[in-house]
Amino acid sequence: MSTVAEHSHDDHDHHHHAPSGIKRWLYTTNHKDIGTLYLWFAFIMFLTGGAMAMVIRAELFQPGLQIVDPNFFNQMTTVHGLIMVFGAVMPAFTGLANWLVPMMIGAPDMALPRMNNWSFWILPFAFLILLSSLFLEGGGPNFGWTFYAPLSTTYSNDSTALFVFSVHIMGISSIMGAINVIVTIFNMRAPGMNWMKMPLFVWTWLITAFLLIAVMPVLAGVVTMLLTDKFFGTSFFDAAGGGDPVLFQHVFWFFGHPEVYIMILPAFGIISQIVPTFSRKPLFGYASMVYATASIALLSFVVWAHHMFTTGMPVATELFFMFATMLISVPTGVKVFNWVATMWRGSITFEIPMMFAIAFIVLFTLGGFSGLMLAITPVDFQYHDTYFVVAHFHYVLVTGAIFSIMAAVYYWLPKWTGKMFDITLAKWHFWCSLISVNLLFFPMHFVGLAGMPRRIPDYALQFADFNKWISIGGFAFGLSQLIFLALLIKACKKEGEPVSDRVWEGAEGLEWEQLPSPAPYHTFETPPVVK
Amino acid sequence: MSKIVSGATKLLSILVAVPAFADAEVGELEWNLRKGVTNISSDVYDLHMLMFWICTAIGVVVFAVMFYSMFFHRKSRGAKAANFHESVKVEVAWTVVPFLILIGMAIPAANTLIAMEDVSEPDVTVLVTGSQWKWHYKYMDNDVEYYSLLATQQEQINNKFDKGENYLLEVDRPLVIPTGKKVRFLVTSDDVIHSWWVPDFAVKKDANPGFINEAWTRVNEPGIYRGQCAELCGKDHGFMPVVVIAKEPAEYDAWISEQEEIQRKAKEEEQKLLALNMSMEELMEVGEKVYLASCAACHMPTGQGLPGVFPALKGSEMVTQDIPAHIDIVLNGKTGTAMQAFGKQLSLRDIAAVITYERNAWGNNTGDMVQAKDVNAALTGN
Ligand code: HEC
Ligand code: HEM
Ligand SMILES: [Cu+2]
Ligand SMILES: [Cu+2]
Repeated sequence: MSTVAEHSHDDHDHHHHAPSGIKRWLYTTNHKDIGTLYLWFAFIMFLTGGAMAMVIRAELFQPGLQIVDPNFFNQMTTVHGLIMVFGAVMPAFTGLANWLVPMMIGAPDMALPRMNNWSFWILPFAFLILLSSLFLEGGGPNFGWTFYAPLSTTYSNDSTALFVFSVHIMGISSIMGAINVIVTIFNMRAPGMNWMKMPLFVWTWLITAFLLIAVMPVLAGVVTMLLTDKFFGTSFFDAAGGGDPVLFQHVFWFFGHPEVYIMILPAFGIISQIVPTFSRKPLFGYASMVYATASIALLSFVVWAHHMFTTGMPVATELFFMFATMLISVPTGVKVFNWVATMWRGSITFEIPMMFAIAFIVLFTLGGFSGLMLAITPVDFQYHDTYFVVAHFHYVLVTGAIFSIMAAVYYWLPKWTGKMFDITLAKWHFWCSLISVNLLFFPMHFVGLAGMPRRIPDYALQFADFNKWISIGGFAFGLSQLIFLALLIKACKKEGEPVSDRVWEGAEGLEWEQLPSPAPYHTFETPPVVK
Repeated sequence: MSKIVSGATKLLSILVAVPAFADAEVGELEWNLRKGVTNISSDVYDLHMLMFWICTAIGVVVFAVMFYSMFFHRKSRGAKAANFHESVKVEVAWTVVPFLILIGMAIPAANTLIAMEDVSEPDVTVLVTGSQWKWHYKYMDNDVEYYSLLATQQEQINNKFDKGENYLLEVDRPLVIPTGKKVRFLVTSDDVIHSWWVPDFAVKKDANPGFINEAWTRVNEPGIYRGQCAELCGKDHGFMPVVVIAKEPAEYDAWISEQEEIQRKAKEEEQKLLALNMSMEELMEVGEKVYLASCAACHMPTGQGLPGVFPALKGSEMVTQDIPAHIDIVLNGKTGTAMQAFGKQLSLRDIAAVITYERNAWGNNTGDMVQAKDVNAALTGN
């Protein structure tokens, strides 16, 4: 209870002397402001990481070295991966949680608003440190976002210390964000909002938050071991000192595999909100969705070594991780079936959020299929570390996580601003993105199967034709995001038609039924009654 | 309606025909996994196609339902929403059925995996060692070992010359193995993690420093098979190909004894040459070749290195002054850095030449000459 009391005091401040300008954003403890900050930060990082992808694709447009040298190329792939994972996808989901969780459960704000401010404001510094390391002598991190030892220890340059420091800050930020989500959901639900009434977005984020708290410390641990190996003479990962480089991979992927679910579970939640709205029909199998999410989260702790099949594990271990990984596709399949069953005999309309949601269902499932293929150990020996893997994880991350984030922004933006976004621009954004993203990532399956390894700046001639098309798709996808930028700027300037409180005809839930559009700065100061 | 159906069947037939076509002409259409040239690689290929078809079938069914619903259950067509939202029967069905399908996949996969990992009773054993950025092959049953380096010219990579047919997939000395014999590979590394991969054998094994992994193959057809390093191993990870020539056993036997002979002779020659002094021109000429092949990847052709990563040799204090330290670092490398021990990689003559070259190229002009016997003295400690 004490949090709530302290908290309303905080609100009180705002009412009377809310600072304006930059101070408003620096000092804010309002969940909506912080949500906005997170979302803009994520979008800026998305464009930054995207710019690096453009460098990568320009170099790979044709065989030979044209634009960058191999060392810089490796820095681009590494920092691109780090920025997209830790700077774009994760902060975007945290931003959505900030905006939506309190409004969906009928709470006035997040439970720990000051910590909320802090968990956002340390993030820009983390990425400034990471990006500035690119300008040091010898350059920034060049060992892949997976930073395998000993490439990242004995064989890396001194900027590795900055990399470690920035990952620490990102981790602290994520953990604080996760604690906030958990405490909010546990303590601040409106009367009558019992567990099995919570919207699925809240459920999936709750489970995600537990995953974050479980694995971010593991990431912090592994970068610290790396730091002491490199600078303080320990040998966790150095065989010469009695360590084991493969140990690094075990620890990293014990974090890394749950991490990929951290990036997709909130997406499941978003799609489970959007599909019922535009099908005008309740979500099919609500309870099974909750159980499926929980079982995916639990299973995600026992599959990590599927990233390590070629490291030379005993057969029994390989079999275990193959079976466990295959098993994950069961609850994931249940989700997809439930969405399709929700649409079945609905009364469907195709507004922009629904178009992104449908694209998500199809393309995420495609990424799921290639994931199932990758689980089959003997075949994974062929796929591993080729462009087939690059295709797989971009289908689940770009047309999965990123598309769900875009769907969410289109879905809730009118509630946030009170105005309908520019639908023409949105349609352009959708169709350009949809076509180019497939031109970009689909042929990667083919070059991967044909034998092109990942993380290479130059390639053999038989891969040239596909790579040209992949690069063209990449440039087109990059440009398409500028349409989104234009649309968002217009939306923030509050241009557009005013919308009704419910915004979408079939929308249900507290934020649509009990709040005006735009949602005022303070909402649910007295808790709503949930039937 | 009939238009849609015929359109959909057309689309489906294209979708189905494309991979089937690929199936028929794997060799020419470079966009599917290859069947390869071993029984294992062909099993792996079959598994891959099995998975592909199962996934395609599931996808077609699920998305047919979804697209049907998107078309017929549209509001604009007057569809009224039903209100059902759960059914235990259906939920149980679509949990259990996928589970059964998974078991159908898991059994052949497990069988193939167990066969792949059975490295017992090899006929030939080769120790494969990765290092930045080359492979070393050592035949455990014969006195033969050598390094295998990228053979593509730098000018092709820099777009100055036209690119050859096997651009980036060619090496100076390929690995040679016999067909029809079980060849075991012991895979390890001298520095970072590499991964030795030949797609046609379905063999990909990480080379971990300080540990030895095992893999094996039995090649059915003689030929030249090309692959690449598959694990990011630093700057020239993309320039570290694997080339394997599979020869009939008789040819292989002839080749290996010839190699044994050549390598034995070379060692004798080396001792004889110790007495000989080479001229500056000779040293510089040989030295430049060795430098470009073995050192330029890190220290760059200009001797300027990569600031912050690899040191410059041009103007370096050690290279312009301290001869014993210079010989020592090239012979023994420096542990804990990327500087390798070249004592076991290069001949005494080559080491002498490359040191002389470094001391006189790029304006280092020290005038120093280092001879094979100086290097030998450092090596043997006199
Ligand atoms: C894989 C990269 C790599 C290759 C290949 C390489 N070196 Fe080095 N070399 C290094 C690094 C890194 C250092 C710095 C070691 C240290 O930290 O002192 C170094 C240091 C040296 C130094 C000492 C420079 C100084 O001023 O201290 C000499 C001399 C040298 N290398 C010669 C060679 C020669 C000769 C070859 C080829 C036969 C070669 N290197 C190949 C990475 C490499
Ligand atoms: C703008 C569109 C994008 C393009 C054109 C693009 C392209 C690429 C390319 C070419 C690589 C390098 C592959 C390699 O050489 O191994 C790569 C790596 C990667 N990308 Fe993207 N990408 C895009 C968006 C994203 C997004 C949105 C995410 C995350 C949500 C993402 C996550 C990653 C990751 C994790 C890697 C692996 C980095 C590594 O190898 O260490 N990418 N991407
Ligand atoms: Cu995983
Ligand atoms: Cu490599």
